[in-house]
Amino acid sequence: MIIAEQKPIQEIKAMIASYQKILVVGCGTCVTVCMAGGEKEVGIIATSLRMALRLDGKKPEITEDCIQRQCEWEFVDALKDRISKVDAILSSACGVGVQALAERFPDKPVYPALNTTFMGMPEKHGLWIETCRGCGSCELGRFGGICPIARCSKGLLNGPCGGSQDGKCEVSKEMDCGWQLIYGRLKTLNQLDQVEEILPPKDWSTDRDKGQRRILREDVYYEQTV
Amino acid sequence: MAEFEPKLIAFCCINCPSSSVTVCESMGMSIPTNVEVVRVPCTGRVDILHLLKAIESGADGVYVAGCSDGNCQFTDGNVKANRRIERVKKLLDEIGVGGQRVEMYRMSAAMGPRFAEVAREMTERVRGLGPSPLRR
Repeated sequence: MIIAEQKPIQEIKAMIASYQKILVVGCGTCVTVCMAGGEKEVGIIATSLRMALRLDGKKPEITEDCIQRQCEWEFVDALKDRISKVDAILSSACGVGVQALAERFPDKPVYPALNTTFMGMPEKHGLWIETCRGCGSCELGRFGGICPIARCSKGLLNGPCGGSQDGKCEVSKEMDCGWQLIYGRLKTLNQLDQVEEILPPKDWSTDRDKGQRRILREDVYYEQTV
Repeated sequence: MAEFEPKLIAFCCINCPSSSVTVCESMGMSIPTNVEVVRVPCTGRVDILHLLKAIESGADGVYVAGCSDGNCQFTDGNVKANRRIERVKKLLDEIGVGGQRVEMYRMSAAMGPRFAEVAREMTERVRGLGPSPLRR
């Protein structure tokens, strides 16, 4: 899922301070699970902003809503009436949700309440780690299901680098060495011979280098926009 | 000019701290009248929003009274409440209201005098801070 974290209240306040009617919109999918921008966090953000702005002598009308997914038009469209009554929107979704609102409601300014950070999962309750970089050409099959691009600090395809100690990365003692994990996993699978192979430089053309990426599936594609 | 009397909200677990209220009263000790006690099934139920809403609604200070270390009936409700208090402190500092207006206390059922002491301690602290800037 997409992992995000809340921006500092003062940063959010500076973005919306000039508006009188603001709708804070949460998203019920990834950012709810990572406790950054779901219904409860919308309440915390809205309450905090009301207080922060009141201290500046302002009394804006800050309302709250949370839709199931901010990245799909069906759910975004349901906000139409509420958004027509406000001056600005504060989205506590990932960057995808913010842009969906901006595209659907072109006459309303939209601001992000979160910093969208990475694709990953909870390692423990309250601790999320990055596990995928979305490079567009998955090589996980070579590495026992552990991604060296996302989980090795140096993104080495021919690792390890030699800087790890006790299974931890030299960049940070809190970070597992991705290559130590790969080695352990391949050893368990009796596939250590895979690390003997020297890989050529990766083809990064599927990554971000060619601009915005898109996938077209002819079998499900309809010309009509939803 | 009359001395400022802070409005305090105390979220108290129905187990130890609420029993200590009874002990406190049976010992003839009074709890300051400026403290409004809200009983909750466990302080683990007290959410960040409860604390923020109390401050937003006009409380000068809020505190949570939970069971003593290792005595939570739900294992670690008091520990969770403590962590939320820490986050609310940071949030209130960031907002400009001041994190010192919230606090977490822990006590056993027998600590009646301690309950009254905590109420007075928090009252004095908030009196020193003055009225909530949201009410000025």
